[in-house]
Amino acid sequence: MAVKSLIKYEVERDPVFAKWVTGVMGGERIRNCIQCGLCSASCPLSPYMDLTPRRLIHMAREGFKRDVLESFTIWLCTSCYSCTVECPRRIRVTDVMYALKRRAIEDGVYPRRFPIPVLASEFGNMIRRNGRVTESWLVVRVFLKTAIMRLLGMSKLGTKLFLTGRMEILPATIKGHKQLQTMLDAVEAHKKEVAA
Amino acid sequence: MKRYLYYPGCSLRGTGKAYEESLLAVFKALNIELEELEDWNCCGATAYMAIDEVSSFALAGRNLAIAEKKNLDLLAPCSACFLVLNKTQRYIKEYPKVAETLEHGFKAAGLEYKGTVKVRHPLDVLINDIGMDQIKACIKTPLTGLKVAPYYGCQIVRPYATFDLMYCPVTMDKLLKAVGAEVVDYPLKTRCCGGSQKGTLPEVGLSLIHILLKEARRRGAHILSTICPLCQFNLDAFQDEAAKKYGDISMPVVYFTQLLGLAFGFSAKELGLERNIVAAKRTLAKYAPAAA
Repeated sequence: MAVKSLIKYEVERDPVFAKWVTGVMGGERIRNCIQCGLCSASCPLSPYMDLTPRRLIHMAREGFKRDVLESFTIWLCTSCYSCTVECPRRIRVTDVMYALKRRAIEDGVYPRRFPIPVLASEFGNMIRRNGRVTESWLVVRVFLKTAIMRLLGMSKLGTKLFLTGRMEILPATIKGHKQLQTMLDAVEAHKKEVAA
Repeated sequence: MKRYLYYPGCSLRGTGKAYEESLLAVFKALNIELEELEDWNCCGATAYMAIDEVSSFALAGRNLAIAEKKNLDLLAPCSACFLVLNKTQRYIKEYPKVAETLEHGFKAAGLEYKGTVKVRHPLDVLINDIGMDQIKACIKTPLTGLKVAPYYGCQIVRPYATFDLMYCPVTMDKLLKAVGAEVVDYPLKTRCCGGSQKGTLPEVGLSLIHILLKEARRRGAHILSTICPLCQFNLDAFQDEAAKKYGDISMPVVYFTQLLGLAFGFSAKELGLERNIVAAKRTLAKYAPAAA
C-alpha cells in the first residue's frame, strides 16, 4: 500500500493557477466562497465525484492545480446550474467547471479515451464543418473513438430509433457554413491577439 | 394573429421530432404563426462551452444576429437552445471583452448584433401572450382523470428564471390543468436528467434516470410530461435498461405539447406519439380517444 499524505502542504500550491482561476468568467468572486457546501448539497452528480464541488472550488482557488484538473468532478458536471443558483456568494460554479474543463483539455491532462472530452471535440468539429449537429452521427463518431464495442451494444436502440423515425441518416448542413467558419476564425484570431 | 420567429434547434430535427410536430400542431390550432429562422445553426449547447466559451457565444450570436433583422421574438423550444441564447445575450452585456471579440467575428462574417432580440419559450408564449381563455376554447376532449408528473428539467429556469419560478416552476402545471389533466406533486421537477452522461458514463446516467422515473411512479402519475428533447430521450429510450438494473419503472414520457394536442383533438400520428420507445398511446387512449 502506497503511503499518501491526506493533508496538503502549502508548497504544493501553484499561485499562478490560483490567480488564473479568479480571472475566468464566473470565477471573479471565487475568493468570497464561505465553504457552506450548498453547491455540493444541490448537485445531483456529487455522489459520484472524487472532489465535491465545494472542495473543488476551495482547492482551485488555493492553487492545487493537478488535483483539480485531474479530478473526475469536472467531467461529471452536466451544467444543470443548481450550484450556480444556490451559491449565496454568487460564484458561478458551473462556469468555473467549464473553465476547468477547457484548461484540462488545453493542458492535455484529462483521462485518455475518456468519452466526455471526445464528445465535446467531435461536437465542435461537426458544428464547424456543417453548422448543425446530427445526433446519430455524433454518437457513432464518439463511440468509434472511445468504446467501439458499446456501439454494437446500442444496435437495438438504434433500430428502435430508426423505426420510430428519430434517427437522421444524412448529416444536416447549413448554407452559411463558410460564413460560420469565417466568424469562428475571426473570433479565434482576436482572442489570440488579446492574449498576446 | 401572433407571430414569432422559430428556432427549432438540432434535436427537434432528430430525436426530438415529436416535439416539433406537436408544437406546430398546437400553435396552429391557437392561430400562432411561426416563421423559421433563416439558415440557423447549432446553438453550441453544453458541449461547445467546454471547448471554447467565446466561440460558443459566437455560434449562438449568429442566430441572434439573423433574428434581429426580422424584429420578432425568437421562439426556442429546446431547453439547451433557450439557455444558451439567453446566456449569450447576458454575457455580451456583462463582459465587454466578450462583446468586443464577438464584434470581430460578426464583422468578418458580415453580421451585426445590437442585442435587442427577445428569446421566448413556448411555455412563456402560451401563458403570457395567448392566455388560458384561448387555450381552453380549443379543448375538444379534456384529459379528465389523467395524472401527469410535470418534469421541467434543469436549464429552463436555471440559471435564468425569465418567465417562471426558479425553484418551483408552475407554467406547465397550469397548462396541463387547463386542459383537464390532474397534475401530481413532483418535487424533482427541476432535477437534472443527467444530460449526455448516459452516453459517456452509463451507470451514472442510468441512476439519475431511474430516480426521476421512480419518483413519478411513487407519486401516482400515469405519464410524465417533459419540455426538453434530451430529457425526453433519456427517460424514454433508456427506460428498459434502467428497469433491468433497478426493477420495473415503466412510465411513458411525452412532451407537454403532445398532451395539449390530444386535448385539442389531434391524432396520435399528428402529434408524433408513435415515435415513443415506451408506448404512450395505450395509457393515453383511456383518457383521450384520439390517442388510439
